[in-house]
Amino acid sequence: MEKYVELQESIISGKKDKVGELTQRFLDDGRPAKEILDEGLIPGMAVVGRKFQEGEYFIPEMLLSARALNVGLDLLKPLLEASDVKPVAKVLVGTVKGDIHDIGKNLVSIMLRGGGFEVIDAGVDVSPDTFVQMAKESSVDIVGLSALLTTTMPSMQETVEAFKSDGSRDKIKIMIGGAPVTTEYAEKIGADGYAQNASLAIEMARNLAGV
Amino acid sequence: MVYDSLAYNSSGEMLFGKAIHPLSCGSDLVLGDGLVFPEVNFTLPIMQVNEDNRAKILKQYEDMVGTVLNRLAILQVPGAVIEFEHAPQMTEYLDIGGDITALTKQLMDDCYQKHGLKTALRATICDIREKERPPKMRTGELVQRMFESFRLGAVKGADLLSIESTGGKEVNDRALMEANLPGLLLSLGILAPRDMHFLWNEINKIAADENVIAAGDSACAFANTAMILADQGYIPNVLAAVVRAMSAVRSLVAFEEGAVGPSKDCAYEGPVIKAITGYPISMEGKSAACAHFSHMGNIAMAVTDLWSNESVQNVKLLSGFAPEVFAEVLTYDCRLMNEAVAEGDEDIIRKLLIKSDEYKSVHALIVSPDSSYQIAQAIVAEKSDFERTRQAGLTACSIIEAAVQENKLTLRDREITYLNRIEDELTKYSSEETVLEAALPDYKDLFLSSEYGL
Ligand code: B12
Repeated sequence: MEKYVELQESIISGKKDKVGELTQRFLDDGRPAKEILDEGLIPGMAVVGRKFQEGEYFIPEMLLSARALNVGLDLLKPLLEASDVKPVAKVLVGTVKGDIHDIGKNLVSIMLRGGGFEVIDAGVDVSPDTFVQMAKESSVDIVGLSALLTTTMPSMQETVEAFKSDGSRDKIKIMIGGAPVTTEYAEKIGADGYAQNASLAIEMARNLAGV
Repeated sequence: MVYDSLAYNSSGEMLFGKAIHPLSCGSDLVLGDGLVFPEVNFTLPIMQVNEDNRAKILKQYEDMVGTVLNRLAILQVPGAVIEFEHAPQMTEYLDIGGDITALTKQLMDDCYQKHGLKTALRATICDIREKERPPKMRTGELVQRMFESFRLGAVKGADLLSIESTGGKEVNDRALMEANLPGLLLSLGILAPRDMHFLWNEINKIAADENVIAAGDSACAFANTAMILADQGYIPNVLAAVVRAMSAVRSLVAFEEGAVGPSKDCAYEGPVIKAITGYPISMEGKSAACAHFSHMGNIAMAVTDLWSNESVQNVKLLSGFAPEVFAEVLTYDCRLMNEAVAEGDEDIIRKLLIKSDEYKSVHALIVSPDSSYQIAQAIVAEKSDFERTRQAGLTACSIIEAAVQENKLTLRDREITYLNRIEDELTKYSSEETVLEAALPDYKDLFLSSEYGL
C-alpha cells in the first residue's frame, strides 16, 4: 500500500508524466494491474473528487488529474481487459435534439469519468434515434440526457419513447438533467432519475448502476 | 469606425435613463432621454416548436404579450420594450419566427392605439450557426437562414435587431474549463472580434435596408457562461470576472460596425459599451433571477436605460402568469429610478445601487460604473481588437488586486493564486503570434480558421 502513495499524489497534483512513469514501473515490477488501479489510481482520484466537493479544487485541476488518470488507465487497460475487469458502468451522455447548450453535459461527463465510469459523449442536438443507436452500439448501461430549454425538454420524452419502441428500454437506465428539468418531469416522462448538478449525477449514476 | 475616446468625461457622469445619444424607436419611444423603461421578455412553457404546435405556440404568445401589455397599461408605464427572443427553431423554421413577430407587433400597435402605450419590439435571433461542430460561421445554409430570419423579423415588425452571437465560443467553452489563458485570448481576442466584424456588418446592412435599428449583441456565451460556472464552483470567480472585461471588446465591435443600441439585457458589459459609445443600454439584475442567478442585482441598474427580466416561461404563479408578474416587478423598479430623477435624488439612488453590491463579489465589482469606465479607457487606448482584449483583462486584474489590497474585497487564497496566474499569463502572451503558437496545438480542431477569415 505504502508504495502507491506517490502514484496517488501524482494523480492528485495532475502530473501525467509521473503517473505514466510510476504505473509502468509497477507493471515492470510485476504488480497486478487491478492492484495498481484499486490502490493507486482510484484512491488518488477519490481525493481529487473530495477536494472538488470541498471547494479546494476547480474543474481545471480536476481535468489535469483526469488526464493523468487516463495515462495510467491506458497502460493498465490491455491487462485489465485480459483479466475481465470492467469500468463501474458505461454511460452515454448527450444534449437532446434542438438544443446545443453543452457545458452542463460536459461537466457531467468529466465528473462521471473521474468517478470511474466509462463515458461516451454523443454531443449536442442528438436525435432520439441516434441515442438509441449509439446506446446499442456501445452496449451502455445508462443514458444521460441534457436539456436547457423548455422548448427542447419534450425531446427527452421522445427519446425515452424511442427506447421503448425499439424494445431496448429495459436494458438501460435513463437519467436526465439541465436547468429547467425537475424530478417531477423525470417521473412524468418515465425516466429513471434526475440530478440537479454534476456531483449528484455521479450519485444518481451509481444508484442506477447498482454500485 | 474605431473608437479612440470615451463618450463621457468621468464614470460619475454616467447615469441610468440618460445616454449621450438618445434613440428614437418603435411607436414614439425615446430611449436614454431621461427615463428608464422596462424591457420585458418571456418564453414558452415546456413545449416543442414545430408545425404541429403552431396554433398553440401563437396562442401562448398572444396570451403572454397580451397580459404583459395590459399590465403595463394598467400601471401607466411611460414606455417599454418587448423582447421576442427566438428559441432555436424559431430562427431555423423561418415562418414561425415571422408569425410570432407579426402577432407581437400587432398587439403592441393595438395597445398604442388604445392606451397610448409607447413601445418598441426587439427581435433576438438565435445564432444557429453553432449547431454544426466545428461551426461554419460564414458559409453554409445555416448562416443564410439566420440572416433571412433577421430580415424577416424586420419585415414583420421588429424595431430593434439583436443576437447573442457565438463566434469563438467553440474555443472559449473549453478554454474556460481548462482555465487556459492562451485559449481564452484566442477565442476572445482573435476569433470572436473577427466574427463580430463579419456578422454585424451584415446585420447593419439588413437593418439599413429595412429601416430598422441594429441594436447590439451580448457576450452571454462567454462571460455569462463563465459567471454561472464560477457561481457553481466549477471555475474561479476571478477568471469569470476577467473574461467579462475581455469580452467587452468583441461586443463593442457591433457598434463599430454601426449598431446604435440598446445593447442586449444579458450583456453586463453594457456600461463599458455606454462609456465608449454613449448609446443606450439594457441591463438585468435582481429581476432576472427567474432566468439565472447573478451577483449584481442592484449594481447592474446604476447606468442602464432599459431594465429587463431576461426571460421567464409562461407558467402560472399565485397572482397571474409569470410574464405579467415580471412586467409589474420591472415597472416598479423603473418607477423608483424615474422618481429619483424627478426629485433630484438620482445621485443618492445611484450610489446605493452601487454600494449595496460593489464589494460583495468580484462579479459586481467588475461591472461597477467605475470599473467599467476604467476598462473602457483601456480599450480605447489601443487599436487592435487583440491588444484591446488583453488590456481589458489586465485592467480587470488591477482593479481586483487594488480592491483586495485596500481590504474592500475578500477573496479566498486559491482565487488570489489564480488572479496572479491570470495576470502573469496575460502579460506573457502579448502578441497574436505567441497566442496562436501556444493555443493552436490544443484548440485547432475545434474551429475552422477559414470561417474566421484566417
Ligand atoms: C450559458 C447559456 C447559453 C450559452 C451556452 C453555452 C454552452 N456551451 O452551453 C449560449 C449563449 C450559447 C446560449 C444560447 C442560447 N440560450 Co442559453 N443560457 C445559458 C445560461 C445563462 C447558463 C447555462 C449554463 O451553461 N449553465 C452552467 C451549467 C454548468 O449548468 P447546467 O447547464 O444547468 O448543468 C448543470 C445541471 O443542470 C446538471 N445537468 C446538466 N445536464 C445534465 C444531464 C444529466 C444526465 C444530469 C444528470 C445532470 C445534468 O449538471 C450540470 C452541472 O452541475 C442559461 C440560464 C440558466 N438558467 O441555465 C441560459 C438559458 C438556458 N438560455 C436560454 C436561451 C433562450 C438561449 C437561446 C435560445 C438564446 C438565443 N435566442 O440565442 C440560445 C439557444 C441555443 C441552442 N440552440 O440551444 C434560456 C432558456 C429559455 C427557455 N425557453 O427555456 C435561458 C434559461 C436564459 C434565459 N434567456 O432566460 N445560452
